[in-house]
Amino acid sequence: MYKYFLRLLASVLLLLGFSMSANAEFKVGFVYVGPTGDHGWTYQHDEGRKAVEAAGIKTTYVESVPEGADAERVIRQLAQSGHDLIFTTSFGYMDPTNKVAKDFPNVKFEHATGYKREHSNVSTYSARFYEGRTLLGHMAGKMTKTNVIGYIASFPIPEVIRGINAMTLAAQKVNPNIKTKIVWVFTWYDPGKESEAAQALIDQGADIIMQHTDSTAPVQVAEKAGVWSFGQASDMQRFAPKSILTSIIDDWAPYYVERSIAARDGTWSQQDTWHGLKEGMVAMAPYNSAMGSGLVKEVEKLQKDLASGKAHSFTGPIYDQKGNLLVAEGKVADDGMLAGMSVYVKGVEGDIPK
Amino acid sequence: MIKIERRDETSNLIYFLTPVLAIFLTLVAGAIIFYLLGFKPSEALKFFFITPISDLYGLSELLVKATPLCLIAIGLSFCFKSNNWNIGAEGQLTFGGIVGGGVALLFYNHEGFYVLPLIILAGAIGGMIFAMIPAILKIYFNTNEILVSLMLVYVSKLLLDYLVVGPWSNPEGFNFPETRQFSDSARLPILFDGLRIHAGIFIALVSVFLAWVVLFKTYLGFQIKVSGLSLKTAKYAGFKGKTMILLVFMVSGACAGLAGVGEITGPIGQLHRMISPEYGFTAIIVAFLGRLNPIGIVFASLIVALTYLGAETAQIFLQVPKYTGQVFQGMILFFLLASDFLLFFRIKFLRFKKYEY
Repeated sequence: MYKYFLRLLASVLLLLGFSMSANAEFKVGFVYVGPTGDHGWTYQHDEGRKAVEAAGIKTTYVESVPEGADAERVIRQLAQSGHDLIFTTSFGYMDPTNKVAKDFPNVKFEHATGYKREHSNVSTYSARFYEGRTLLGHMAGKMTKTNVIGYIASFPIPEVIRGINAMTLAAQKVNPNIKTKIVWVFTWYDPGKESEAAQALIDQGADIIMQHTDSTAPVQVAEKAGVWSFGQASDMQRFAPKSILTSIIDDWAPYYVERSIAARDGTWSQQDTWHGLKEGMVAMAPYNSAMGSGLVKEVEKLQKDLASGKAHSFTGPIYDQKGNLLVAEGKVADDGMLAGMSVYVKGVEGDIPK
Repeated sequence: MIKIERRDETSNLIYFLTPVLAIFLTLVAGAIIFYLLGFKPSEALKFFFITPISDLYGLSELLVKATPLCLIAIGLSFCFKSNNWNIGAEGQLTFGGIVGGGVALLFYNHEGFYVLPLIILAGAIGGMIFAMIPAILKIYFNTNEILVSLMLVYVSKLLLDYLVVGPWSNPEGFNFPETRQFSDSARLPILFDGLRIHAGIFIALVSVFLAWVVLFKTYLGFQIKVSGLSLKTAKYAGFKGKTMILLVFMVSGACAGLAGVGEITGPIGQLHRMISPEYGFTAIIVAFLGRLNPIGIVFASLIVALTYLGAETAQIFLQVPKYTGQVFQGMILFFLLASDFLLFFRIKFLRFKKYEY
């Protein structure tokens, strides 16, 4: 019997054989934090990758890479195996990206949502999602009957607080009586926790549910409860066709294509990119006609104004919860202030978790 | 008619060869799966099992990945050998990481040779104390250690979440859920420039050696073995069952705590929410694949570590779905348990006897 196994083993080993082929072709690598089928954050990054592929550039991806000790190895392997440009698409890859970049000066790195660019071959990029939140706030303020807006928040980082504030300011403008209630779930993706949070907010009287988390659970809970909701990252309309008013879409494709071509043609240089509605990195899914054509037109106009710069999400006067003036009348918040935002504006209930 | 009956005796050689058979069957089944997914099996297996370790960097990564698995599995073998089902190594790892990380943050910007040993000690004690909870509850309240140790995993993970989001978060880190990077004095030394292999491997090797001595050369090891084979015999022999339960959980917890502290002071260098990609659970597979034998566990941890690396390279080169790594881990365990069944039982095909004149 064991002779038979030995023979099988030998034949399998023979089949394996060694061959490592060096490849000079230009290649772009992507590191994802979730599975490509999450219908949220990673899904949208993968759509961007497909656009790069469609532009005739070869791409590779590794999905579900934990943000711990494994990230550095994956990034390094991509660099070592002949990838010329590597997108690392989650905040937790910040230090590993910079570490590998140091050892591969000829490879270009692009890190999403981080703030460290320790070497000249590391760029960072993110999107002005808060512009989308302003549109959501406008719709929420108009559509709510209970004047309570429920907000599912992930982590108390500037990006999330910016979104809460932008939404609240826009909602107050059209409806001074609104209140923003927040549940912190401390996760980016956990359908169970997210749906519990949505239910808790609905039980507290919220008739609008919005999320800064990536699963489709909250919109599905909203659909069941018969309240309005907004999708996140990708168009989630098919998961809650009646409830969803629109979704904020992260459209990374134009940026990925542009940067890949630049790297291939040798025109890539380090930069810190923060694109919004204007450049199309933030896009809106089709508006639900249930909100009435009048409101749809209003929102479309606001969207155009935000894109052209005629309107700004953070236009003074803006006060914090204690009533201190943050932005004076007639002024708009500068990018430095937005990047480090760590206080709520007036009208948001509760404290930022510490 | 099929009859299943227990074998009177099993061969020791075959007992240690069945894991090899399980791995071989996994390779065959893996080749079939790759074929069905539309990949060339030989190529896919090559990228899965050979490419990741075909250079020095890969070998170093294999050891980096195997170190925590080996450490935890060594500890678990003490528990499993004596019929104590500690499923919560992941929690003990996390708690060890928390305590060790706390000390590292306490000594932030301190230089001194004593910093690192203190952190490592703190991590081991943290894991040990956390493992004593299910042990003490089992001894005095007869609770089920499987449930208690498993539930405590979530307790420690939530505690870590709370700490890195709140009190321990990096003051210059814009509220991102992570602590400061530890100072250099709090990091395990790197063994070779340019590679990530760190001194944690020595901790694992010493543990392997100590485990071998204790299990095979001491009275305690004998007690553990007998209790695992028959609790009644152990009682009859007058072994102190309660002390032993506490002891094996303490060993197990300390090992898991060491693994946790090895990760945060080794490749990670700070505390955040993802200090372990579930090493504590994967180590259960490692412990059984290694036959609860220290030497066996060393090999098993290398093989299981390779399935992680292989899944990454196979995805990079062939875009094979990343989850095939977990499929391989599952298959190894499945084939091992299946061959164990045949090892301990024999299947007899009985014929109806003809009536004889």
